[in-house]
Amino acid sequence: MSERGFDIRRQTGFNTIAVFCFVMLYLPIILLVVYSFNAGTSIAIWEGFSWRWYVSAWDNEKVQAATFRSLIIACAASMIATSAAVLAALATTRTRPWRGQMLVFALVNQPLMVPEIVTAVALLIFFAIIKVATGYTGLWYLIVAHAAFCIPFAYMPIRARLQGMDLSLEQAGADLYGTPFKVFCRVTLPQLWPAILAGSMLSFVISLDDVVITEFVKSAGQDTLPTYMLGQLRRVITPEINAISTVLLAISILMVSGFFLLSRSKK
Amino acid sequence: MSDLSANFQRRERRLRFLLLSPVMLILLFAASGPLIIVLIYSFLTPGAYGNVEWSFSIDAWFNVILKRDIFTGELSFADAHLTVFWRSIKLSLMTAILAFLLGFPTAYFIATRPRRYRDVWMLLIMIPFWTNLLIRTFAIMELIRNEGTVNTLLMAAGIIDQPIQMLYTEFAILMGMAYVYLPLMILPVYASMERLDFSLVEAGYDLYATRWQVLRKVIFPLVKPGVVAGSILVFVPCLGAYVTPRVLGGGRQLMLGNLIELQFGQLRNWPLGAALSLTLLAIVMVALIFYVRAIGREGASNV
Amino acid sequence: MIQIDNITKIFGTGAESVAALDDVSVTINSNEFFTLLGPSGCGKTTLLRVIAGFIAPTGGQVSLDGEDLLSKPPYTRPVNTVFQSYALFPHLTVRQNIAFGLEMLGRPKTEVSSTVDEMLSLVQMTQMADRKTSEISGGQQQRVALARALAPRPKVLLLDEPLSALDFKLRKEMQLELKRLQSETGITFVFVTHDQAEALTMSDRIAVMSAGTIRQIGNPRDIYDHPAERFVADFIGDTNFLEAELLSIEDDMARIRLAGGAETFARTVEGESRDSGAVTIATRPEHATLAASGEGLLSGTICEVVYLGTDTHYHVDLDCGARFVVRSQNQPDQAQDRKAGEQVDVVIASGIGQVLRD
Repeated sequence: MSERGFDIRRQTGFNTIAVFCFVMLYLPIILLVVYSFNAGTSIAIWEGFSWRWYVSAWDNEKVQAATFRSLIIACAASMIATSAAVLAALATTRTRPWRGQMLVFALVNQPLMVPEIVTAVALLIFFAIIKVATGYTGLWYLIVAHAAFCIPFAYMPIRARLQGMDLSLEQAGADLYGTPFKVFCRVTLPQLWPAILAGSMLSFVISLDDVVITEFVKSAGQDTLPTYMLGQLRRVITPEINAISTVLLAISILMVSGFFLLSRSKK
Repeated sequence: MSDLSANFQRRERRLRFLLLSPVMLILLFAASGPLIIVLIYSFLTPGAYGNVEWSFSIDAWFNVILKRDIFTGELSFADAHLTVFWRSIKLSLMTAILAFLLGFPTAYFIATRPRRYRDVWMLLIMIPFWTNLLIRTFAIMELIRNEGTVNTLLMAAGIIDQPIQMLYTEFAILMGMAYVYLPLMILPVYASMERLDFSLVEAGYDLYATRWQVLRKVIFPLVKPGVVAGSILVFVPCLGAYVTPRVLGGGRQLMLGNLIELQFGQLRNWPLGAALSLTLLAIVMVALIFYVRAIGREGASNV
Repeated sequence: MIQIDNITKIFGTGAESVAALDDVSVTINSNEFFTLLGPSGCGKTTLLRVIAGFIAPTGGQVSLDGEDLLSKPPYTRPVNTVFQSYALFPHLTVRQNIAFGLEMLGRPKTEVSSTVDEMLSLVQMTQMADRKTSEISGGQQQRVALARALAPRPKVLLLDEPLSALDFKLRKEMQLELKRLQSETGITFVFVTHDQAEALTMSDRIAVMSAGTIRQIGNPRDIYDHPAERFVADFIGDTNFLEAELLSIEDDMARIRLAGGAETFARTVEGESRDSGAVTIATRPEHATLAASGEGLLSGTICEVVYLGTDTHYHVDLDCGARFVVRSQNQPDQAQDRKAGEQVDVVIASGIGQVLRD
């Protein structure tokens, strides 16, 4: 007792629970990744290492189509969401506070507050009306829907960066005869790039991972990777699903780590 | 002078409007606007093949918790719906409690690490959270399936002869949701704990409090706003969960999200689906108001 | 009585290890106002935290009234602390804060509430009993922290620089208040501070610490008038240091020859073993006076006169090259004013200077 002293921070069992949590957070994911390399068809019995499920996923035309669609939607949605978010962030940080600002915040954050299933249902109904009225059933419904729920994720880092910026730089720009637009392009934007990149990466991941809204909004034959997987889960599961999951996981982890690095580098 | 400033204000307003319009357009088109249509649809009559017929009816709202007997016209509680409501609320509460029991010690653990390592520990918590929800649910499914890792291991070890049926039970949903939403508990609790002044903990020990008493009388009250915030952050998405109960409940253990989906799929009762969605939204909004108040209280206590 | 024997505390390991406490032994008497005084990093707070139980020493013994303290966790030691930051519980009211210790000890409700009332009136906070601790001023928080630590009637009260956050005037008030509380309650106070004036004002005894060791223990007067070594003399008050040659030791007095050739007597510290060689003599500025040239021990020239209201400092460049400061109380008449450039002698009465330990 007197040798080690009295540690005021210790609480009996807390470390054990914490270690358990960390193990439990990663163990299922690690197992999933491990079995994607299984030579056998089981996702519980290890039969040796093999790339066969990656090959079979690669050769699966449905997977190819879904991957392609997922990427198109994620790219388009994150670009739209990020561009719109930059403008909105400028409006909320570079003009004087005004009445109705709270409303804008509420609207921007709505996708975070309203349960996804409710938004999904709302979009299903609304787009059904438009589909009937216009006859258009293309990908744009999904792109716009994704852009909408990506906006808060793009908006947050960009606004934080704009708020943290040294205003005197922009004032110096204006003092040196820069018009507001030029000041934005030459002074603000170069400093904002890390945040824009971070916001778009996060949006990309959020869009890529979406299941619920896509499931409700998609027209026939518009499966993305996650909805394709959701459909497959009802059938006999082979490690092919693990292989697809592993690739998606890798993309997410890369993007999210990139996001954290970018949003920290400003300090 | 005043002309100039009025002119300036007008220009600022116009600029602001232009800057905000893309975001507002997208959100009105694909987030807020459709909600109003949901409200309208909840007062319409279901169409025979899905969608609606444009005639006013409040049946959908009745049907949220009541049902009318086809023959006698008597009203009674819709047991099936109530079961789903009850299951949703029960499982969401249990998930919040489980997440608290696991998340509180974990947040404490991270908050008591040396400062330079805390961000790394938090990153370890957050990385799974930012990965695909479906994949994480699927990972749990692989773990607890009859042919899954747990059962295989237990049978290989000779502890059981028959696989334990865990998948497609409420337990599976609980496990899955706790797994998926645990970071939402840890994040706010950690945020409170990181600001915890450990000289208060010392003062507690100095004043004859045992470890348990310090935990209960000093640490817990001080981080309570974080715990409240975390519980609501877990509770809210659980209540509207769709993917996790679908994959792990397998259509046998419906939650609200699945019940809503059914109305747009097999049951073809869009107005009821709309009414159920709005009911869910209302419950979530109430929970979020509590959340905002919890956050506000924490902000106030830090002044 | 707190008996501290050979306490050593080493932080870190290997090449980076630092001895925060290096073989410290001291006995603190019951009902005593004992002060640990020293610059930051001297180990005084470490020693306090060893007694409180928040730091386990690397070696040594601490006992309270003959009972070993080190084997006990903080929450069973009959010792309470007033923290530097006060560490008042922000989620509790003033009253609940004061009641905390008594409740943890499981005292009956009636006793808790009567003791709390007593404490509230002792620190004159009865009016504020139901306020939140964030709603009261710094000085009031200080009183609550005191009341909270006194409420369980500990055998020893540890105070970790409790006045450092207060402004000057409030600090003066609280110094007297603390002294009053100590004599009223009869509890042993162990007080940590880096403020020498504070230590001199309040303490029964002072231990001056530096670099993890105790340099001198004594009552305020001893410490001030007869610093045992250069560090103590320097840290407490202003001091003139003079080089001298030790001629002989007679009882507790040393016969010395100053740089100018004059011979006089100076006090020695207990256990002085030298009887010849070069020594350093410390003299307080107010213990010396100025006299006309030829009338004192040391001659020199006034180079600067600093008027400070209550007194005046005369900086004298001695002929031997040293600088000597004489402080003289100002009187209504200006007759004895001296000017820079004047030739003067410095007078130090026999037996006033102090021979410092090496």
